[in-house]
Amino acid sequence: MRVGTFLALYNSDSLRKCIVMHELSIAQNIVEIIQQRIPEPGWKQVTAVRVKIGAVAGIVPDSLKFSFQAITAESALCNARLITEQIPFRVHCRTCNTTTENEDGFSMCGECESTDIQVLSGTELHVVEIELEETEQVL
Amino acid sequence: MSIITVERKVLEKNDELAARNREVFRTSGVFVVNMVSSPGSGKTSILERTLEYLKDSLRVTVIEGDVQTDLDAQRVAKFGVPVVQIITNGGCHLEANLIQDALGTINLKGVQLLIIENVGNLVCPANYDLGENMKIVVASTTEGDDKPLKYPGMFRNASALIINKIDLLPYVNCHLEELKNNALRINPILNVFETSCTTKQGIAEWCMWLKEQVTSKK
Repeated sequence: MRVGTFLALYNSDSLRKCIVMHELSIAQNIVEIIQQRIPEPGWKQVTAVRVKIGAVAGIVPDSLKFSFQAITAESALCNARLITEQIPFRVHCRTCNTTTENEDGFSMCGECESTDIQVLSGTELHVVEIELEETEQVL
Repeated sequence: MSIITVERKVLEKNDELAARNREVFRTSGVFVVNMVSSPGSGKTSILERTLEYLKDSLRVTVIEGDVQTDLDAQRVAKFGVPVVQIITNGGCHLEANLIQDALGTINLKGVQLLIIENVGNLVCPANYDLGENMKIVVASTTEGDDKPLKYPGMFRNASALIINKIDLLPYVNCHLEELKNNALRINPILNVFETSCTTKQGIAEWCMWLKEQVTSKK
């Protein structure tokens, strides 16, 4: 499982810094997208932001949530929660005309092992939607 | 509660800047290579051997990316090519805006090949388009043969794989065919080169291929 990989890397100081740096920069981009889309007085009302993460996008969801929380905690976006949806790596085979999924990101048909494939999903990193509370919330 | 649909790529700002860089490169007629690998695989050594081989037949400029120091830029400058060092101060990859800044100090007129040596890191640079024509990934035999499986993103987007430190094969636990097969499972159309910067094995082959990419692009 990916969680195991993440924990192992987390034990190493230099790699930990790298992972956090990476997801931190991604989280910063998500914050900027929210700020561009929602006028400033509404930032406090943002309760959630939904993000699609492809299985081979190179992003650790927990690390991204941690980074997002860290940079929004003291800001007007402090009520926002990051919700991630994992998208499987899916390929369509032009040889046997089937669609298969694999966790490892192999560019190969899971049925006939042909490499004449088209990647359908699994590399994306998208902000999908932002949820707003209509009225001022007192936490 | 209301829901606002956004559907935007998280890295669209970077992608927009990369597209702008790409347009600058296209109009200047310069071919751009983004070299990526883990730290210590020998990117700078390959760059040195490449400059040695190509500097008399191609006009080359280099952008060096490192977390700290300009040591790599000093190494590259010895070959008499223009070089700009970007120090990321802790940042683990280059982004399109850093390249845009660096371009402010480079005269691209007449330059045929711009080589960007990214920060040594097999994770983050895969996500950030810089506007390059192609990514080149370097993997060395001392890293073992499973790197492509552990870090598929970097191999998926690359046009070529340079397997470096091939002279050390007898001493390390790395099976060359396994390394190649693993990389090709991620990216079946990778061009694979085997090099040693010590014995210079494979350097000419790699350089001739690169030169062919540069000249056929025009």
